[in-house]
Amino acid sequence: MAPILDIRNLYKNYGATEVLKDINIAIEPGDFLVLVGPSGCGKSTLLNCIAGLETISGGSLSIDGRDMTHVSPKDRDIAMVFQSYALYPTMSVAKNITFGMKVRGVDKATQARKLGEVAAQLQIEQLLNRKPGQLSGGQRQRVAMGRALVRDPKLFLFDEPLSNLDAKLRVEMRTEIKRLHQSLNASMVYVTHDQIEAMTLATKIVVMKAGIIQQIGTPAEIYNRPTNLFVADFMGSPAMNLIPARATREGAATRLEIARNSGPPLVLMDQTAPELPDQIILGLRPEDIAEAGFRSGSGVQEAECLVDMVEPAGADTFVVTSLGGKEVTARLHAETSARARQHLSLAFDISKASYFAPESGQRLN
Amino acid sequence: MTDLASSSPPRAGWNRRLLRWMLYAILGLFALYYLLPLFVMLTTSLKSLEEIRAGSLIALPRDVTFSPWATAWSSACTGIQCEGLRPYFWNSVLIAIPAVALSTMLGAMNGYVIAQWRFRGANLIFSLMLFGCFIPFQVVLLPMARLLGMMGLAGSIPGLIFVHVIYGIGFTTLFFRNYYVTIPADLVKAAKVDGAGFFRIFWSIFLPLSLPIIVVTVIWQFTQIWNDFLFGVSFSEAGTQPVTVALNNIVNSTTGVKEYNVDMAAAIIAALPTLIVYVVAGKYFVRGLTAGSVKG
Ligand SMILES: Nc1ncnc2c1ncn2[C@@H]1O[C@H](COP(=O)(O)OP(=O)(O)O)[C@@H](O)[C@H]1O
Ligand SMILES: [Mg+2]
Repeated sequence: MAPILDIRNLYKNYGATEVLKDINIAIEPGDFLVLVGPSGCGKSTLLNCIAGLETISGGSLSIDGRDMTHVSPKDRDIAMVFQSYALYPTMSVAKNITFGMKVRGVDKATQARKLGEVAAQLQIEQLLNRKPGQLSGGQRQRVAMGRALVRDPKLFLFDEPLSNLDAKLRVEMRTEIKRLHQSLNASMVYVTHDQIEAMTLATKIVVMKAGIIQQIGTPAEIYNRPTNLFVADFMGSPAMNLIPARATREGAATRLEIARNSGPPLVLMDQTAPELPDQIILGLRPEDIAEAGFRSGSGVQEAECLVDMVEPAGADTFVVTSLGGKEVTARLHAETSARARQHLSLAFDISKASYFAPESGQRLN
Repeated sequence: MTDLASSSPPRAGWNRRLLRWMLYAILGLFALYYLLPLFVMLTTSLKSLEEIRAGSLIALPRDVTFSPWATAWSSACTGIQCEGLRPYFWNSVLIAIPAVALSTMLGAMNGYVIAQWRFRGANLIFSLMLFGCFIPFQVVLLPMARLLGMMGLAGSIPGLIFVHVIYGIGFTTLFFRNYYVTIPADLVKAAKVDGAGFFRIFWSIFLPLSLPIIVVTVIWQFTQIWNDFLFGVSFSEAGTQPVTVALNNIVNSTTGVKEYNVDMAAAIIAALPTLIVYVVAGKYFVRGLTAGSVKG
């Protein structure tokens, strides 16, 4: 299938400052692409470029095979939901939703029918005569969604649509957006700085930092095989443990030596690691460090560690210890007997390890 | 306020009340100070000339008479003509209404463009317009007279409208621009994606939001234009003078005795429209000046 959105070597400058550098993204029809990255990394700018609200400084951008360089936003067959919702304050909810159709000269009967469909879909029928000022945050969000849905566009664009909602509503709307995506089978580009939102919604994630794409992949690829230290640290909560270690070759195996404040260094053996440099950063997710006896497999090795802190979090209990001069978090089951300032035997699943070069931050395995 | 007063000990309550009364007293004094001239004008305009000569300035009229008002309106002399203020009053109406409407509309458009369409050089143009607000009118009298002459508008009402529109644009643009910068840029983006163009967005989204600032601008412009004397006296001729110029002529025409009561009545008539505008729309004026951003 031809990509619905194809971005090649896109650059965007504001005067002398480069905000986007050499962006290459292609998404297939039905994809849910999430652009994720810290605040100010250029996500909104990229979305605005896709929408045609910003001109691009270099490269090309096409939607459904059509070059968009000189096409205005209204002719791109897109719909957009803004972080601020951007509802027209003086228009009723119904008028907000039908404004686009009215501008395009869609006949009244069609407008009414589509309005009815979308209102039913989003359960906002009882709000149609209200003004945006009379709605709660969640309701405004729904209306903003309605305004996009009614367009039935080739491509939906979302700019942090949930970031102004409280935590509970955010989770609800997240599920709803996911359901919408599945039922419409629409193509979506979704911007967020929230990596959990990215993981739960995306079929494909683009991680950005300072206007440069760090990694593109499925949520599983991004999570399990982060391409560099930035992605490893940014995606996942609690973050991946990044532990400085010394690597030495012992036959076919690799010996990893991790310094500890007190006592002998922790030694882990990896039978499958590639050739590694002397100094590396070992990346292990909290769930790949368990309580001894609760994890088995070829790569699992157990070692005594001094527990610094115990943080119960309902379903899991997080245990913090110190390795290689770094705080290391392990995700344990809720009934663990771990106590602060006591020793505990932890199981490290080295088969899940990521290795990074300390200077460049690039992945090594 | 009352809660605080009742929950504090009685002494503090008394202090508070004392303070409050002092405040009222001072405010009352100032109000009196400002209202006294109006009071004197009003009472004088309702007295006969004999009574004015006999009585004191602040005494109430013994026999109320409206004839000074009638004279001022329709038969006082403004030089050789003796038609009262009436024709000039209508001149002022014919000047003020189109000039206010045009300058407000142009200001709204300018403000919209400068605030929301940030084209290259927008800031420079805005600075120049601001500068225009502070050019003393005297400086431009001669060049403007030349220009009006070249345009064939010298001494005419359209000429005066033109002058007032030009000199109003600086302020009206400033008002609308400052109001529109508080409107989130996302609104324009959303409308663009919805397919609306430049004028559609202005008409359907910005104008309906603008009532408070329109009221402010209209009051401001109306007051400026109605009360203007300098342009009125410089760019008019016998039949096209605004009411302020006519008022001056009535007061200064030196035939016979000085008719204070007619002068006072004429002055009140000339000031009445601006007074009415303030009374009717004054609360919107304050509200509009303090109106904040619009939350989507
Ligand atoms: N109109 C502009 N002029 C200059 N710099 C801008 C402009 N808009 C955005 N930027 C800069 O571009 C960078 C990316 O902004 P943005 O795309 O809004 O980031 P994000 O949405 O990822 O938080 C920021 O550093 C911001 O300061
Ligand atoms: Mg943003």
